[in-house]
Amino acid sequence: MKRCLAVAGAAVLLLSGCGAQEEPEQAAAGPVTIDYWLWDTAQQPQYQACADAFHKANPQYTVKITQYGWDDYWNTLTTAFVSGTAPDVFVGHLSRYPELAAQGQILPLDEYVTKDKVDLSIYQDGLADLWVAKDGKRYGLPKDFDTVAVIYNTDLLKKAGIKPEEMAELSWNPQDGGTYEKVIARLTVDKNGKRGDEPGFDKKNVATYGLGLNGSGAGFGQTEWSMYAMSNGWQYGDKNPWPTTFNYADPKFKETIKWFTSLIDKGYMPTMDIVSSGVGQIDAYGAGKYAMVTEGSWNTKTYWNLKGVKSALAPTPIGPTGKRASLFNGLADNISATSDNPDAAWAWVKFLGSPACQEDIVAKEAIVFPAIKTATVKAEQAFKDAGIDVKPFTMHVEQGTTHLAPIAEHWADITATMTETMDAIFSFKADVNSLDQANATVNGLFG
Amino acid sequence: MTSDTVRAAPRTPPGTVPEPTPPPPLRRRLGDLPVAVLFVLPAAIGFALFYLWPAVRGAYLSLTRYNVLTPPRFIGLENYEKLFGDRLFWNALKVTAEYVVLNIVSQTVISMLLAVLLYRLTKSMVVRGIVLLPYLVANVVVALVWFWMLDFQLGVVNNVIEWLGFDRVAFFGSDLAIPTIAGINTWRHMGYTALLIFAGLQMIPPSVYEAAAIDGASEWRTFWRVTLPLLRPVMALVMVLSVIGSFQVFDTIAVTTSGGPINATRVIYFYIYDLAFNRFNFGYAAALSSVLFVLLAGIAYVQLRLSRAGESDLRGS
Repeated sequence: MKRCLAVAGAAVLLLSGCGAQEEPEQAAAGPVTIDYWLWDTAQQPQYQACADAFHKANPQYTVKITQYGWDDYWNTLTTAFVSGTAPDVFVGHLSRYPELAAQGQILPLDEYVTKDKVDLSIYQDGLADLWVAKDGKRYGLPKDFDTVAVIYNTDLLKKAGIKPEEMAELSWNPQDGGTYEKVIARLTVDKNGKRGDEPGFDKKNVATYGLGLNGSGAGFGQTEWSMYAMSNGWQYGDKNPWPTTFNYADPKFKETIKWFTSLIDKGYMPTMDIVSSGVGQIDAYGAGKYAMVTEGSWNTKTYWNLKGVKSALAPTPIGPTGKRASLFNGLADNISATSDNPDAAWAWVKFLGSPACQEDIVAKEAIVFPAIKTATVKAEQAFKDAGIDVKPFTMHVEQGTTHLAPIAEHWADITATMTETMDAIFSFKADVNSLDQANATVNGLFG
Repeated sequence: MTSDTVRAAPRTPPGTVPEPTPPPPLRRRLGDLPVAVLFVLPAAIGFALFYLWPAVRGAYLSLTRYNVLTPPRFIGLENYEKLFGDRLFWNALKVTAEYVVLNIVSQTVISMLLAVLLYRLTKSMVVRGIVLLPYLVANVVVALVWFWMLDFQLGVVNNVIEWLGFDRVAFFGSDLAIPTIAGINTWRHMGYTALLIFAGLQMIPPSVYEAAAIDGASEWRTFWRVTLPLLRPVMALVMVLSVIGSFQVFDTIAVTTSGGPINATRVIYFYIYDLAFNRFNFGYAAALSSVLFVLLAGIAYVQLRLSRAGESDLRGS
């Protein structure tokens, strides 16, 4: 109810903003309320702090933050665009902004960037490029980045007799899984207490799985399989961003998925039936059902807040290429093309992308890694102060083993096709060769 | 009849030839119409605004390519042609039908049982209230709570199953997902349906039961020969409502399986939603909705015809 009122209030403010627009040059005159949407509750406090700092520096601007859960966020936004009640600024996502940009719903920022001489080199390399759309125009300034690492239960590791140092040097290959699979097998325990690498292990009655599973990963597999496939020399498409063909039928991808799903068959990883009948990977891990999971850096704090389990981080394994790999993804803020106060909106976006917000506020909260290089260092320290060594996440950036997240048109349609195909493969209802057909369907979208 | 019409009725003594009367005043000719219109108006406006207009516009959009953010482009019957070759559409129909059958059968049988028990055993309003409780909880909440309780690894239900010595059950796995969701919705709706049937039971005059008792009919026989036939109009209503309601299953699936695993729970409404709001394919989604509309209208018509819902076997009472 409270939120309804708040939203109604925002709408009223927005409407009054509309009225004011009639007079030119109004931006500098009266107080302006900037409507800002985001989806992550964990990040709301830090951006509220940024909003307060922004208001302090620019008293004429007030930022009103509204949060919607991820599942409702994009629908609500779409409806808001149609009904003309879209927020001035909202947190964008790489899988969504190309479509919005193509339909002219979000504002290109190039003029503002040039006018205000925004230095794009302060951001981690590559992050700023993610927000240049196919039309060559920039739609966002990077605000954070994320990578993938292994989170493991330290007690279960100890019981298995594995040393934390070993976790930092694991490698895998699609043939026998390497030392990585050995550790997963060792961490798996059946109902009788037999481990996955011991004779007599009962794969039908597993008490603790060595590796958790979140889902089949559809066509993205960010935290599920992307780190294996890419350390096997695979890439999503012929180029990134804006691929014209995808590589889901590539033998390197097929052998990666074949190996990964074999973990299910061996009883080291839960079946798709279990995964789809479960509330989620985080809760199962918290209950000690998974000894380790592969996760994105944005969830780190959530794992550390779980009661009853102690966790530590390890890097993703070294693959056949001799290197590790992690997707490199990041968020940015988009401005609605229909915003009544684009100048105010830009001032806020610029502030969100500046050290004043990222380095002085966001970095200290130790929730996400800010996009600014110097702020990343501060965030590492803040995580360390909270007892979390985040090197397994940031080492990808230092060692250059990051791969930019795929940015493509038709992403929703790709996801629909790939969800079905990958779910079927992970459920052993289809062979990895069904990827040939799926890849043809995906590439057909670009025909 | 309103008092106006009574007052306006000509008072002619019996046996006399009525004089040719002047044409009745306008008010009389219209009879109850103005009042009726007045009462129907709010509902009619609501219906026109929120059902009729969207339906007409939906029918138009089904002939277009439309992504909401740019104007629709007319493409004729292309969406409908595509629909016939769409494997997922046919799968959605199959999955939905499976759900409807499971849900209707379990819901009707359990509700009937509950209603008869309520009618025969207790007059307590408290018990009636308790029976209705699940229906008062929002669908999404019910679905989420059950999703937690049925969780494979953490759920209380699976813990009990294991404690009893059986294997854990993947309730939302590809084989069991639809029966599980049908079960959850049965649990939520059975109280409401039971009360509808209960109301029907109360309309059956006690005299017929007395007559049955005098004839020495057993409880079982009385139920099949007296109660059930006399419930027909109510049951027809219940069936039409719950069949249409079941076809529209959406929220339970949206918060649990999201159409998966693979396509096991991609019911027609979820498919339409997915196409429209996730994939911005509003034109095609509108075509699917139109087909679903025709289908549901047909089913409702057949049901009403078959069950002769307008008539009752109660005569002269």
